[in-house]
Amino acid sequence: MKFIISRYNPETDQAPYDQTFDLDNALLAADSMLLDALHLLREQDPSLGYRSSCQEGVCGSDGMNVNGKNRLSCVTSLSELGQTVTLKPLPSLPIIKDLIIDMELFYKQYKDVNPFLEAEPLDLEHEHLQSPEDRSKLDGAYECIMCGCCSTSCPSFWWNPDQFAGPAALLAAKRFVVDSRDIKHIDRLKELDSPTKTFRCRHIQNCTDACPKGLNPSRAIQELKSIMVKDL
Amino acid sequence: MNSIKSFPIETFDALVIGAGGAGMRASLQLIEDGHKVAMISKVFPTRSHTVAAQGGINAALGNVTPDKWEWHMYDTIKGSDFLGDQDAIEFMCQEASEIVRELEHFGVPFSRLDNGKIYQRAFGGQSQNYGEEQAHRTCAAADRTGHAILHSLYQQNLRLGTTFYDEYYAVDLLKNQEGEINGVLVMNIHDGAYKILQSPHTLLATGGAGQVFRNNTNASINTGDGLGMVLRAGYPLQDMEFWQFHPTGVSGKGMLISEAVRGEGGKLRNALGEAFMEKYAPKVKDLASRDVVARAIAIEVNEGRGCGPNNDYVLLDISHLPDEVITERLPGIRDISQTFLGIDPVKDPIHVFPTCHYMMGGIPTNIAGQVISPDQNGHQQVVKGLYAIGECACVSVHGANRLGGNSLLDIVVFGRKAALTIHEALVESNTQTGSPLNLEPVKNRLTRWQKKNDPSAEKPDSVTQVKKDLQLVMERGCGVFRDEPTMQKALIELDDIQARLEKVCLTDFSNVFNLERLAAYELENLVAIAYATTRSALARTESRGAHTRVDYTERDDIEWLKHTLYFQENHQLEFKPVNLTPKHHKSIEPKPRVY
Repeated sequence: MKFIISRYNPETDQAPYDQTFDLDNALLAADSMLLDALHLLREQDPSLGYRSSCQEGVCGSDGMNVNGKNRLSCVTSLSELGQTVTLKPLPSLPIIKDLIIDMELFYKQYKDVNPFLEAEPLDLEHEHLQSPEDRSKLDGAYECIMCGCCSTSCPSFWWNPDQFAGPAALLAAKRFVVDSRDIKHIDRLKELDSPTKTFRCRHIQNCTDACPKGLNPSRAIQELKSIMVKDL
Repeated sequence: MNSIKSFPIETFDALVIGAGGAGMRASLQLIEDGHKVAMISKVFPTRSHTVAAQGGINAALGNVTPDKWEWHMYDTIKGSDFLGDQDAIEFMCQEASEIVRELEHFGVPFSRLDNGKIYQRAFGGQSQNYGEEQAHRTCAAADRTGHAILHSLYQQNLRLGTTFYDEYYAVDLLKNQEGEINGVLVMNIHDGAYKILQSPHTLLATGGAGQVFRNNTNASINTGDGLGMVLRAGYPLQDMEFWQFHPTGVSGKGMLISEAVRGEGGKLRNALGEAFMEKYAPKVKDLASRDVVARAIAIEVNEGRGCGPNNDYVLLDISHLPDEVITERLPGIRDISQTFLGIDPVKDPIHVFPTCHYMMGGIPTNIAGQVISPDQNGHQQVVKGLYAIGECACVSVHGANRLGGNSLLDIVVFGRKAALTIHEALVESNTQTGSPLNLEPVKNRLTRWQKKNDPSAEKPDSVTQVKKDLQLVMERGCGVFRDEPTMQKALIELDDIQARLEKVCLTDFSNVFNLERLAAYELENLVAIAYATTRSALARTESRGAHTRVDYTERDDIEWLKHTLYFQENHQLEFKPVNLTPKHHKSIEPKPRVY
């Protein structure tokens, strides 16, 4: 297989450039993942930079742009990719090295939606009760692994990553807006009712297409808008 | 290469190293108590391996079946094959209900029962009334409980404004002139710059070291960094012969298939279609302790009843369960099966085989989370300034075999407890010690990795190759079944690995995200841990919990009801008694372990 990988080392390079690697197909199994191939390529060149950790799609470390689409390398089967694979860092955020991006702005947007439960104080003898129906409203919202595949595929985020919350942060915001235990429902909605938060979303749906966990941030944002219309 | 002659210094009330569930529960407590804390993590916090925990967290809430902490305590002691310290287990089980409710208050999206309370599922080794009916004790957020807990703890840390040092690697503990631990040297992975973080209280929460085995459920970051630091500082590791091989890893790959699958009714079958656990654990069958189930699978495969073209795995069947149980309670498992095996467990069984999962041993601590080490007279003394919690620690609540659902509990219980211990110490005295730090050992270590390959050398060795060979040595020499000859052979091979480790050079000397240098530091920890494991396992001439000796098949309480302590210097071993005297409950006497 052939891999065209975007390389950049700020200590020596003015700008990113593409480097082509060949990988002997005999080293790969029928069910090898892209991450397996990257590990083999790193044996060829130990300076090749990419993040990875859990290797099973739950830690969210290894988001990258694969043949034009944002994906997690550890759950992307090589068999889907053809004989030439082009790898670039997730778009729109600063590159630290090779496929490793600086996610500071992405994390800042997450922090800015106050992504933590604010519930009625309760003694430790009791749990907050929540019906299975209310709990099911969190499904599809709490499972986010913060890999950044969605926000870095979003044109609105590309233009204003410093201003627009982006799909990942808005999905997190929705997770707390719909949590029956949360007592800041209205405050949250008021905060989110802004041109740079919820309403910078143009419903392009790249986020939903990119999410490696099969979540639907686009729909979550539309639901947020509906909730605002009803509750504000 | 950034300067290794002198380092900038920052001071803190306390340092927490590792941003998994243990570290983040601890930092949360310390910040809440008003202290200046640095949270140091080699990955962004939600990438920590707690995120991969699936099944749940044990607490005797009694939401589904009647329950008491005393029964949980009994099950944990029995599960530990009586090697767990009964005072520590008692403490953990007493704290469990409160700590789980606290997590719920932090926002953890637990699955719910119809009455609105936290859902609890059955897990292996759980009983009501000291060994009777199956208990449902494992509180779950579908099969993503670790993710749910880790993210909620991170979110609460954001709420309180914790200072995070993300993508900083802790290289080594630093001692002052009095020999007390007084901080740590860290490397900023982004630019390779080193820095001293100085504090009278350093809390290690660095997690496990499953990367020492080839086939494992662990993240690649699980390289036992805290354990390596402690060994190099001259302190021991405890019970390192005890590694849990999870019965159900994805065959040939290692990803975890949660015990929740069997808790929800899944059955293990061999090539003949037999539900073989009936033979090994007639009473509880598929919900026996993990060591028992892992051995049963290995025996089925060894005796030729494995499945597939190489007869090397067994089947985990849930196709008889209602679809909604799978989609609501086990969605993550379905996902993993589809991604890595191309199998939909709604229709087809999952291919599984035991895989290295959890390290029962670790850095010895007392219940307060303080690291302890024997003095010259063999008395256990507190190591001033050093604390350890979670998988990197051995307190010991898991003994020779951990029960499923007890590791998430361990991390939050002792995360909170250790933070309270540090808080009390800080209230008593909060002065930075003035005596200078001894930096020679760590400088020597950094200098060693500046060495370059002789350009005339033909095919130089590599850090990656040494690591791969190490993993293979450990898999062959210290796996599910062990005996003297295989472990002796592993020791000889380890000497070869150690010799290669001392010679191998980096090829990349850049500063920005130099992952080869990081891997080299990690490899030093892994090799040190491999020695600790093999030496401890060779010495223990009995079978107990996860430590199964083919040449010593019985548990020997007269000789071996004791903890192993391994020191790096001369690979010396010492032993210390198991605590059999809980504070409130009567002692649980060791007896034959039947499920």
